[in-house]
Amino acid sequence: MTANKVCDVVIVGAGIVGAACAAECAREGLSVAIVDAGIVGGGATAAGMGHLVVMDDSEAQFALTRYSQQLWDEVGAELPREVEHDACGTIWIAADDEEVAEAQRKARFYSERGVVVQMLDAQALREAEPSLREGLVGGLRVPGDSVIYPPCAAQFFVDKARARGAEVFLGSAVEAIDTDRVRLRNGTSISAGLIVNSAGSWSPLLTPGLKVRKRKGHLVITDRYPKFLRHQLVELGYLKSAHSLTADSVAFNIQPRKTGQLLIGSSRQFEVNDAGVDPSILRRMLERAVEYLPGLRKLSSLRTWTGFRAATPDKLPLIGPHGEHPRLYLATGHEGLGITTSLGTAKLLVATIMNYEPAIPVAPYLPARLQESLHA
Amino acid sequence: MPESVTVAVNGVSVTMPAGSMVSAAILKAGVTTFRRSMSGEPRGPLCGMGICFECRVTIDGEEHSRSCQTVCKDGMDVRTDG
Amino acid sequence: MGKALVIGAGPAGLAAAYRAAQSGLTVTVVDDNPAAGGQIWRGELAKPASREAQAWFEKIRSVDIAFINGARVFQQPRTGTLLAETSEGVIELNYDSLVLATGARERFLPFPGWTLPNVMGAGGLQALVKTGLPIEGKRVVVAGSGPLLLAVAAYLRGRGAEVLLIAEQASQLQLAKFGLGLVGKMSQAFSLKRQLRGVEYLSRCWVIAAHGAGKLESVTLVRGGRRWQVSCDYLACGFHLVPNVELAELLSCVVENGGVKVDQFQQTSVANVYGAGEVTGIGGLDLSLVEGEIAGLAAAGKHDDARGLFPVREQQRKFAKLLNNTFTLRDELRQLPAPETIVCRCEDVTFERLREHHSWRAAKLQTRCGMGPCQGRVCGGAVEFLFGWRAESVRPPVLPVRVESLISSAE
Repeated sequence: MTANKVCDVVIVGAGIVGAACAAECAREGLSVAIVDAGIVGGGATAAGMGHLVVMDDSEAQFALTRYSQQLWDEVGAELPREVEHDACGTIWIAADDEEVAEAQRKARFYSERGVVVQMLDAQALREAEPSLREGLVGGLRVPGDSVIYPPCAAQFFVDKARARGAEVFLGSAVEAIDTDRVRLRNGTSISAGLIVNSAGSWSPLLTPGLKVRKRKGHLVITDRYPKFLRHQLVELGYLKSAHSLTADSVAFNIQPRKTGQLLIGSSRQFEVNDAGVDPSILRRMLERAVEYLPGLRKLSSLRTWTGFRAATPDKLPLIGPHGEHPRLYLATGHEGLGITTSLGTAKLLVATIMNYEPAIPVAPYLPARLQESLHA
Repeated sequence: MPESVTVAVNGVSVTMPAGSMVSAAILKAGVTTFRRSMSGEPRGPLCGMGICFECRVTIDGEEHSRSCQTVCKDGMDVRTDG
Repeated sequence: MGKALVIGAGPAGLAAAYRAAQSGLTVTVVDDNPAAGGQIWRGELAKPASREAQAWFEKIRSVDIAFINGARVFQQPRTGTLLAETSEGVIELNYDSLVLATGARERFLPFPGWTLPNVMGAGGLQALVKTGLPIEGKRVVVAGSGPLLLAVAAYLRGRGAEVLLIAEQASQLQLAKFGLGLVGKMSQAFSLKRQLRGVEYLSRCWVIAAHGAGKLESVTLVRGGRRWQVSCDYLACGFHLVPNVELAELLSCVVENGGVKVDQFQQTSVANVYGAGEVTGIGGLDLSLVEGEIAGLAAAGKHDDARGLFPVREQQRKFAKLLNNTFTLRDELRQLPAPETIVCRCEDVTFERLREHHSWRAAKLQTRCGMGPCQGRVCGGAVEFLFGWRAESVRPPVLPVRVESLISSAE
């Protein structure tokens, strides 16, 4: 088979990050090919909670999530019904005084940077979310956060790219990324001016040496209980879980879908390659959840599943030129923020490709920052 | 064991032979809409054997109970979601 | 040897339990229903409706078997253990050998109006009536495909329903071949014929639409060039059966052609796990019974006794083959759904939305078809027939369970 293609950019990986990048490149007038071994949004995108959230773990993380959220707001009206965009907001829950202090620190951080927040005392918290247990000390409400259903969002961006002439090759596994082409397992190849590796947890397979590790997560979804929750709820201890570089950890994180179903997370494990559902991790995750929402115990759970996040050593994604390979760009390593930051990633990627002035500094995400490790 | 049991369907008493399922009691009460679907359609039992989940109603406060797999007990409170 | 666990208290499960117990194993039978009998003998434990049912209930009462009813198996935490949820909590079931006798469910095909209340499966309406629904004087159209339609029509009639007609999509020629195959089951067929005297049994006939405001009021049938409407209270419609292989798949048993693959001793691809009855492939009551017996004997190590039953099973398999060939679904049924006809009832996904996709996985992710409470048990048979898509791997819970059951499921 020698049906070969030539284009300006080939995007490897049709998850939400690849899809957003494809749409943005196509918008710039570049000819685009998207390649994926499977379907659109079948990787971490299918296991993402779809929480569009600002995070304050670092200035760089904040900048990227904030910028991305603004982009989501801009595209909001265009999103089809199936994307289920819902501006429900987040409440970060404080279980003790230490966490309240953390909530206040977050509140200051966000306020100073123009993010609307609202501190809630114990009573206000109970009024905002009656299903929460007694005894929680307070919380931080972030009304600008929202939720979506990621696979349909990924499809939306693929469709946008297609509408501008992008070609999409699904069910087409990539054998290798060469200097100027992507070779597919079916024997064909796609030559391109640039190649973008947005293959998430598979990205190191295609670009050896990439400092991306798989980080497994579990999810549970319940039947419909529309009155149970109004906001996405996250425990302030969440960051402790996301921070840990070694141990298996769980953190309370729950989302009301527009359907009324409750999506329950979250867990993090390194060094696990098995995609099977681990009953003991599931139990820990759910035990944590019912600590905050006792009524959750009796609710009907329909499905459990897992996914693999792509994690980098400094918890920031890799966006921009690879550094060593002139035509290779990266858009991967988004860990638990891929859904949110997909849009910011796409803009920054195009800025690096086209030499535009990026809307936010791009240095923190450039792959070259890990150059030493790349050489290793 | 008693020969019949009485349950309340949306507040209305229905007497059934012992061993009857709640789904039969609901239909006997003349209620055909057990629940509303995602798009608001009226729905009732389909499979009769507990795998379709169309027969879900609230039984003694527990939502999403499969009425075709729940035996009627005296005093049961059944609420449909019509 | 030791402990045998049987999942499913229908004919196959009861036969397996009986033979295993008779052979000295400690036997537990687990079933979601309140009493043993499965679908065909539902509610008959106290009052058998056939000589066969009576004989088998007597057999199981003559040996020591523990029955756990109202229990849904949902997870396997480790080899040799299953977890089941009851209304009280979670039960841990340990076994040395396991017999999966989880039976079959009806295949539903979507057509305009099929989601109206009072449109049910054929077995579905029968189950409702068996569990207390008064049907006397109600007008019922029975439709779809399979010998179940006749059994259901006869049963409903016996309970006072006005069975207006039976619409069977198979052709007269196919049915005639099956009729010949029923020679060994003449008495069954004969008694059904008697019970159904006066009821039209129409071949190459099917329902193309159900109508009504808020509930069923009438159906439109088609037969060749003829199209006509019939007013009715219930439509009992199912297109033959599909095996309930979900638990077997969770246990990593190989499934072939929609049924659990078993060897000559009914053992699946997983050691010490047996499959018996409709779950291995649709074949009717008598095949289910003999498969159950063989599985029970094999689980107890009584392989010679099991071999003694091979000829009976062989004969029943011939009948099963004829059965499945007779009631194959015609291509026209693929034209039944209109673009706006709902295919996935849990998520209200229409035919036209599904048609856009090229694989089950893509369709699921994009439309959520198959991701609702039924986990594809209702729409799965339809999408396989309409698009050729097969369901993928099964994860726990096999059936929806309370969150607290998932919590208590780990050590």
